[in-house]
Amino acid sequence: MAHRQWNPGDGIGPLVKPSVSRTQLVMYAGASGDFNPIHTVDEFAQKVGLDGVIAHGMLTMAFVGQLLTDLLGSEGELHKFGVRFTGMVRPGDVITCEGRVVEVIQEEKMQTALCDVWAVTQNGEKVLNGQAEFAVPIA
Amino acid sequence: MNREKFKPFIGIWSTPVKNEAEKGAIRKFADAIGDPNPLFRDEEYAKSTRFGAVIAPPTFSKTFDFGEIPGLELDEEGLIHGEQYFEYNLPIRAGDTLYCSMRLADVYEKEGKLGNMTFLLYEMRGMNESGQIVFFERSNVIYRG
Repeated sequence: MAHRQWNPGDGIGPLVKPSVSRTQLVMYAGASGDFNPIHTVDEFAQKVGLDGVIAHGMLTMAFVGQLLTDLLGSEGELHKFGVRFTGMVRPGDVITCEGRVVEVIQEEKMQTALCDVWAVTQNGEKVLNGQAEFAVPIA
Repeated sequence: MNREKFKPFIGIWSTPVKNEAEKGAIRKFADAIGDPNPLFRDEEYAKSTRFGAVIAPPTFSKTFDFGEIPGLELDEEGLIHGEQYFEYNLPIRAGDTLYCSMRLADVYEKEGKLGNMTFLLYEMRGMNESGQIVFFERSNVIYRG
């Protein structure tokens, strides 16, 4: 995969994911081992004051992970990836992941980029906010 | 008040648990998050890359067993995930054996709009068979119990 030159201010994405489904939440529960019923059982979610099930925060983080690994290809490396969960994702929500490069450090063969990343719902509500550091070969 | 309850457990690493990064588990995880990246599922393609094998997506280490902090019992259902941070030193490849452990690094309380909230800061790490730290994680969870 040919790599490009990254510069501060460059946009990353967007990656628009298919709407989150209940089946996906069950699949994620199984694949991750996080069986908290708040993600799969409406009655339980209602008991703790929600309208119904909410997605695992880690599922939204995985979406943003895809935004990053899509640009890394097989030559890039992800060094650091940290997020804060700022909102709830519900079945039916369409999540868009995006980022912006903040700083780029040029080395001999690699360029290391620090970026902001975030995820929003179809209503524009920010549900995740974070930062990542990645390195890709110099273009 | 909660801080006092958790204080005796702060800083103690769990006994490392042996985990295997199985290619089937990686593929199922990639399916669940809807990520078609061939690095996570196509063995032949992955072999042709510098990784030499299928690798795991960046958040896959969350699926590992990190063991228990002796005596610390929590109602998982009452936890809200607030923040998550990963540091990657080496890729996780299908077939890798990782020794994973965790500790409660800190506990603090904050007055929020819903009353007093307790924040639990966990740290997790995975070591390979050569003793190298493959990844490090920090999780901030809000405890309402």
